[in-house]
Amino acid sequence: MTHSSTQPTQYKTYSWGRLIRIQQKHCHYSWRHNPLPKTDTSLLPYGLGRSYGDSCLNEQGHLLLSRTLNKLIAFDHQSGRLRCEAGVSLQTILRFAVPQGWFLPVTPGTQFVTLGGAIANDVHGKNHQVAGTLGNHITAFELLRSDGSRLMCSPTQNQPWYAATIAGLGLTGLITWAEIQLIRIHNPYLWVETIRYSDLEQFLALSEDSQAHYDYTVAWVDCLAKGRRLGRGHFIRANFAGPELNHTLPSPKARNKIIPCNAPNLLLNTWTVKCFNQLYYYKQLAQSQIQLTHYEPFFYPLDSLLHWNKVYGNRGFYQYQCVIPKDKALLAEIIKTIAASGLGSFLTVLKEFGTQPSPGLLSFPRAGYTYALDFPNTGPEVLNLFERLDRLVIEAKGALYPAKDARMPAQAFAEFNPNLEQFIPFIDPQFSSNFWRRVYPNTTST
Amino acid sequence: MTNVVIFGASSAIAQASARLLAQRGYTLLLVARDSHKLEAIAADLNLHGAKDVICVQQDLAHIENYDSFIQTLNDKLTGNIDITLLAHGTLDDQAKLQQSCSKTFESLHLNALSYIGLLTVLANQMETKRAGTLIAISSVAGDRGRQSNYVYGSAKGLVSLFCQGLRNRLDKAGVQVITIKPGFVDTPMTAAFPKGALWAQPETIAQGIIKALDKKRNTVYLPSFWRLIMFVITHIPEKIFKKLSL
Repeated sequence: MTHSSTQPTQYKTYSWGRLIRIQQKHCHYSWRHNPLPKTDTSLLPYGLGRSYGDSCLNEQGHLLLSRTLNKLIAFDHQSGRLRCEAGVSLQTILRFAVPQGWFLPVTPGTQFVTLGGAIANDVHGKNHQVAGTLGNHITAFELLRSDGSRLMCSPTQNQPWYAATIAGLGLTGLITWAEIQLIRIHNPYLWVETIRYSDLEQFLALSEDSQAHYDYTVAWVDCLAKGRRLGRGHFIRANFAGPELNHTLPSPKARNKIIPCNAPNLLLNTWTVKCFNQLYYYKQLAQSQIQLTHYEPFFYPLDSLLHWNKVYGNRGFYQYQCVIPKDKALLAEIIKTIAASGLGSFLTVLKEFGTQPSPGLLSFPRAGYTYALDFPNTGPEVLNLFERLDRLVIEAKGALYPAKDARMPAQAFAEFNPNLEQFIPFIDPQFSSNFWRRVYPNTTST
Repeated sequence: MTNVVIFGASSAIAQASARLLAQRGYTLLLVARDSHKLEAIAADLNLHGAKDVICVQQDLAHIENYDSFIQTLNDKLTGNIDITLLAHGTLDDQAKLQQSCSKTFESLHLNALSYIGLLTVLANQMETKRAGTLIAISSVAGDRGRQSNYVYGSAKGLVSLFCQGLRNRLDKAGVQVITIKPGFVDTPMTAAFPKGALWAQPETIAQGIIKALDKKRNTVYLPSFWRLIMFVITHIPEKIFKKLSL
């Protein structure tokens, strides 16, 4: 219990996949009117550390902790525009906005991310088909550069900087505050329909049919099912409940469970995952059911299980999230390759992206299908599988999601991002990350 | 209508606590040194539901006259001061402090004497009105002197003892005195320390403070497991303790 600063620096995991243990220096940035801290190393903004791989790490430099840069600035009750500091979490925004009848226009699968991080990764949600990415709803932000300049960025002001910073992985400077256009809701509940479907063909049909009438669609897939069951799972489609729901419903009890320590590495193996998936698939006996669901369990089912990343044991885990064009054969090929490997785990998500382009130069979502799943870090075996999958994704002119990545080769990154060279000039000379040095090694910044 | 005065309003624990109090629709009077910080915090608290937010720019290390300072705060409020939270302070490097009397005195002045000045005046005021709650942020560091931070620790020890005495005196007047003893809190103030499993977020501490306020607690360790840790630490015989490098 010494308060001594001479203790040896610890090797720690700073990213969600818990794959990488590093010594990491950091400093706080708490006040938006302050200049950036003076360091002789590179900087990287760091919010709540929910990026899976190394895009939120900066081993040779400092992390710029933005967690205490967390104040709301202004809210227009008429238009629903909220201006707040970049370290504000989506949870804080929702707790503020939902009681007043507003909601995030786009949300990822966790509310424990900061707004700045969500912009830097240009996150998407279950409503991509109708709403695009989060970047489509960011009306303005301020970018603080290492030369001390502050750029007001919006679709009409400093537009090139706006485009580079959305999905810019924190490399263009620090977003100090941002303004987001919220959407109107009548109440915090959604009508959620869950349909058990038995093969990929049915998924494609459901996805097609649901486009016009549902804002939120996603599928959970049994990634180990093969043959005629390939791609089977639960298709989930939902809309916010309308004014017809005039009685107040009880809010769900906040009952967080914590995974206190790393689970044994062998807890998740092909056999246990197969059992789980089989049980989960038949958990819903009816072919289809409709439930009124509070937004928290619907959008953030894993948030109630704090530190769920520890179930993969101390070896950590990878997530592979790709997007490929709307090509049924290709999708089947990818799912088949993974199923044949027997390596996937239970958190497997399949979703169709819409066609609305994001303003972000390096934005990941593009029209087609996205498939995301976790893999316990079993070493060469799983890395070989990723290489095989990479080849399919490159050939299809698809992409991998940097926020989830810890291993994509530099060459693949270049293939995935046709706007890469256009992005380069906007990188702040003092900003860098482990991810960036890995995927763009020809820049040796500080 | 409830009026709350927060000293050291830009500290991470104070900010998180203020947000929870704002959500109750209280009027908040914030005291801190930096006007930019006060402005940013006030806007946030207004959005979070505060009835009103009043900012007073003041360096708490330099109060000439505590009576008149508290009077200026009274003048800015309609009605009484109902709750005060004393949260200002500094955590200086012990190695530097022990080389300098003046630095040690400065640290003791801000971390202890300014608390005592404010508490003395506020206590008398609340005793006369026979109502009010005084919340002072002390520290587990004040429970036993240790070589790694005994200047900070002795300041906080003084605050804890002073509050204990006040509580004893003011109980019959119906005034609540709450001593908050946080353990390690992950804030910009403790940025230099490597963080382990014992570290808590300021939001967690803030929830504990509000709970202590609602339940009219006396002395609260936050998070509560620190009560056990400090029980053990304070019961190690001095003969052994003096040889430990704590």
